[in-house]
Amino acid sequence: MTAASTSLSAIELEEKLDEYLDPVLSSRRTAVNLAAGLAEFARDQQDFALRWVGIIAKTNAELAYQFAAQAPEGLRLMPPDDLESWIIQAMDAYDRMGLYPASAEFQNVAAYAARARARSIGVSLDSVSGVLEIFLRGLSGRALKVEACDEVYTDTTTLFLPATLARLPGKADNFRLYKAIAAHQWAQTWYGTYCADLTEVLSDFPDPDYATRLFYALETARLDARIATDLPGLYRDMQRLKTELGETSYPASWHGHLASLRSPAASVRTTIGALQALYGTDIPAAQCYQGFLYPARATQAMAQRLAREKDQFHAALARLLEEKHRRAEPGAPAEESGADSERFRMQRTPDPDHPGKWHHELALDGQVVAIPPDVKALMDSIIQDLGDIPDEYLVAAGDGGYRREGEEKNPDDVWKGTYHEEGAFLYNEWDYRRQHYRKHWCVLREVDVHPVEDDFVARTRAKYSASIASLRRSFEALRGEERLMKRQKNGDNIDFDALVEAYADMHHGMELSEQVLTKRQKLERDIAVMFMVDMSGSTKGWINDAEREALVLLCEALEVLGDRYAIYGFSGITRKRCDLYRIKRFDEPYSISVQARISGIKPEDYTRMGATIRHLTRLLNDVEARTKLLITLSDGKPDDYDGYRGDYGIEDTRQALIEAKRDGIHPFCITIDTEARDYLPHMYGAVNWTIIDDVRRLPLKVSEIYRRLTT
Amino acid sequence: MDVHAVSARDYLVRKEPYYEPQGNEIALFEAAYRNQIPVLLKGPTGCGKTRFMEHMAWRLKRPLVTVSCHDDLTASDLVGRYLITASETAWVDGPLARAVRIGAVCYLDEIVEARKDTTVVIHPLADDRRALPIEKTGELLQAAPEFCLAISYNPGYQSVLKDLKQSTRQRFVAIEFTYPATELEQRIIIHESGIDPEMAARLVKFAGMTRNLKGNGLDEGASTRLLVHAAKLMASGIDPRQACRGAIAEALTDDAEMLAAVNELSASLF
Ligand SMILES: Nc1ncnc2c1ncn2[C@@H]1O[C@H](COP(=O)(O)OP(=O)(O)O)[C@@H](O)[C@H]1O
Ligand SMILES: [Mg+2]
Repeated sequence: MTAASTSLSAIELEEKLDEYLDPVLSSRRTAVNLAAGLAEFARDQQDFALRWVGIIAKTNAELAYQFAAQAPEGLRLMPPDDLESWIIQAMDAYDRMGLYPASAEFQNVAAYAARARARSIGVSLDSVSGVLEIFLRGLSGRALKVEACDEVYTDTTTLFLPATLARLPGKADNFRLYKAIAAHQWAQTWYGTYCADLTEVLSDFPDPDYATRLFYALETARLDARIATDLPGLYRDMQRLKTELGETSYPASWHGHLASLRSPAASVRTTIGALQALYGTDIPAAQCYQGFLYPARATQAMAQRLAREKDQFHAALARLLEEKHRRAEPGAPAEESGADSERFRMQRTPDPDHPGKWHHELALDGQVVAIPPDVKALMDSIIQDLGDIPDEYLVAAGDGGYRREGEEKNPDDVWKGTYHEEGAFLYNEWDYRRQHYRKHWCVLREVDVHPVEDDFVARTRAKYSASIASLRRSFEALRGEERLMKRQKNGDNIDFDALVEAYADMHHGMELSEQVLTKRQKLERDIAVMFMVDMSGSTKGWINDAEREALVLLCEALEVLGDRYAIYGFSGITRKRCDLYRIKRFDEPYSISVQARISGIKPEDYTRMGATIRHLTRLLNDVEARTKLLITLSDGKPDDYDGYRGDYGIEDTRQALIEAKRDGIHPFCITIDTEARDYLPHMYGAVNWTIIDDVRRLPLKVSEIYRRLTT
Repeated sequence: MDVHAVSARDYLVRKEPYYEPQGNEIALFEAAYRNQIPVLLKGPTGCGKTRFMEHMAWRLKRPLVTVSCHDDLTASDLVGRYLITASETAWVDGPLARAVRIGAVCYLDEIVEARKDTTVVIHPLADDRRALPIEKTGELLQAAPEFCLAISYNPGYQSVLKDLKQSTRQRFVAIEFTYPATELEQRIIIHESGIDPEMAARLVKFAGMTRNLKGNGLDEGASTRLLVHAAKLMASGIDPRQACRGAIAEALTDDAEMLAAVNELSASLF
């Protein structure tokens, strides 16, 4: 062994420390104890500590003394990297706030070590919430949000999970724990924990709080058993966690009840039965993936969801009815809407895969109807909450389905004298009740967005710099797509197929073709795209910001790609004032003024979509391109002041889109209206739309969608 | 060499291709066939369309000519071209012309992948004319009564470049395919791979989970084809989680987060 690896004795250490700490030592305050504390460590650890005592002493000797006093504890608790960051943090505190806070950093060595440990082995919810949300949706089809919260529970809409987990020694283990906690809460929503009115049941007991905890313990046993059968792999993970974090053994008094809780036929009623029987006995310790149970919060969230989904379901039925009318022979009288309630029925057949469960099918006038996937998902969600589709759901929404509060005003009163039709475009509007156009009904004018010359674009670029770089790369890849062009007049290689054919043709008395070469060529995209951006009042705030950011990213990407594009914002109030805001024309470069206009996009009034679409179609028709796209960014359904809402607005918009398609334009809609499933398929067709349920994702999504649309 | 030597017999489907009907598609196809109406098979990839065609050709005792369309497919690739033999030139039918001549069932798979100018050559075959004009030879090839044209199309694609034109689609009777129902899909997997029913059931369940993600990060869920692939790997002794990862998850997505989540889903079942 070399001399360097022999530990220093307490005497030797004391000598060195005396030297560094001299200014703060006295006859009553010596370095004896400090030296004793460090004597037990290996030489490299001692050297580490001494070196830092020396460095710190140059700044402040008292702080160095504090460090020397805590160093043994630090060395015991932390690896060198963490030690160093602990020291740096304390010195940092000294620079900013002085001796006391800095000394406190050293004294809190245990807390610091715990945090450091958590950082190195722990997992933050932020880093896994994306994977968890996808995982949960995969499990059952219904979206569940994941959010950080000090209390772990679910209200059946959101799962509340700890912000970080560091209970196990590695990141992978802690992720497993996250998954188990999330799955356990998912199980509550999936296996019907809240199918009974728990709030009421539990409050009937003398001690509702105790009853809730006992109920939860029993319910956990039931849910675990369901997971064991349905998701054996996950169950294994959960069992492993139990052995790692401490297994809970159930008391003997439970044994009889466990068998019934674990039987496939058990429901929340079984748990309530067991609760009544075991009330008063001890509650076993919670499983490591358990949290809390707040039945009242779940009840409230469920009530909201049920109300919303009931409306959506009524609207979906209305669409199915309409569909049927449309398919029926034209001219046949539409049935009275009063009779609709009789017309929808649910048909239940036993599900062969899940004994005791049912297969639900929707019948209209006695015939099972094919349900679009979005309606199927809605039905599944309702059945998940209620076990069935109750009869009061089976009524199609009437005419007033979309109607909103607020009296209607006469447009001419509002805009008396302020409008004139000069320089304006007149467009027809489709009145679905008449099944005819109203001629020259809408007055549309192009106006400029008031430019705002600020740093919005620069800020957005900075905020998304990493994403922009990768967007540009992926768009470059599109642009760079090369293709071997066959049968060219000019080229780099012989196209043997063509040559042989030409030769053969020639023998056959035809002219020798000149097109016998191959050439590598960049794929000519020849696409023109029009973006139609919602500038209605409802976009105020976040949505407007997200739209503007989305446009910045999009422009960055499209500039790389070279597709021709134009951007127009739309809003307006009443049919006599449909405003179309120019942001970027097709023939305009992405200039400083375009950027200032993007920055200047602000929420205005209403959304009369039909006239806008007709005008943009006209603009697109003036452009030569093989493929033409009209992409709408919006936050809701068509809506204007003078009765342009509900079915009327939807039908006119639909008609305008049909006109656009007739002109060879492909419409597509990107919306953040989560209720858009009710009307978008009708307007845009089955696949030509996307809902983004998180506004924050909009900016990046728009470019991604564009990429997907055009490859 | 006699380039005309190919005969109908070469294309005959001799052994019954295993096919589990999803609904009344067999009857529908037969009716369309009897009435000489061309057929459009709609549905996501890997849900049994190709297998259905093989089965129908066998049932109708007609030869089957299949063309997988791609974006380089030219009209001559379908119709035919002149070739040079020892001293002279000879016309060689493309697969479509051959199918028309021998009264085969011609299946153009993934028609939208073909170039737009290629698609139009099938138009005269798909209406009352039932003829294929061969420009180079000046021949107007009249389809035999047994000839049958079928094309497939996946309506799930959102790309505007891959849309089937109205003028094309309106000539066909459409048969819609989806993934087979649970029990049926399970039976198919067992038949194709030989794995045990329990494992097949879990695979189908896993497929359901990925189909839940369609439109929420995945363009498509796992198809029956992918399930069969995974099952075959499992039957040859590959660990189920790994089989799902390799045969299904990686085929569905490249997105790291999505991949992780899909792998967690399969891990939760196996
Ligand atoms: N109804 C079915 N009957 C039998 N096998 C099926 C059926 N559906 C799917 N398969 C299986 O799935 C595989 C993929 O189907 P395929 O016909 O190639 O799909 P597609 O042509 O729709 O892309 C087949 O090879 C077969 O193993
Ligand atoms: Mg196929």
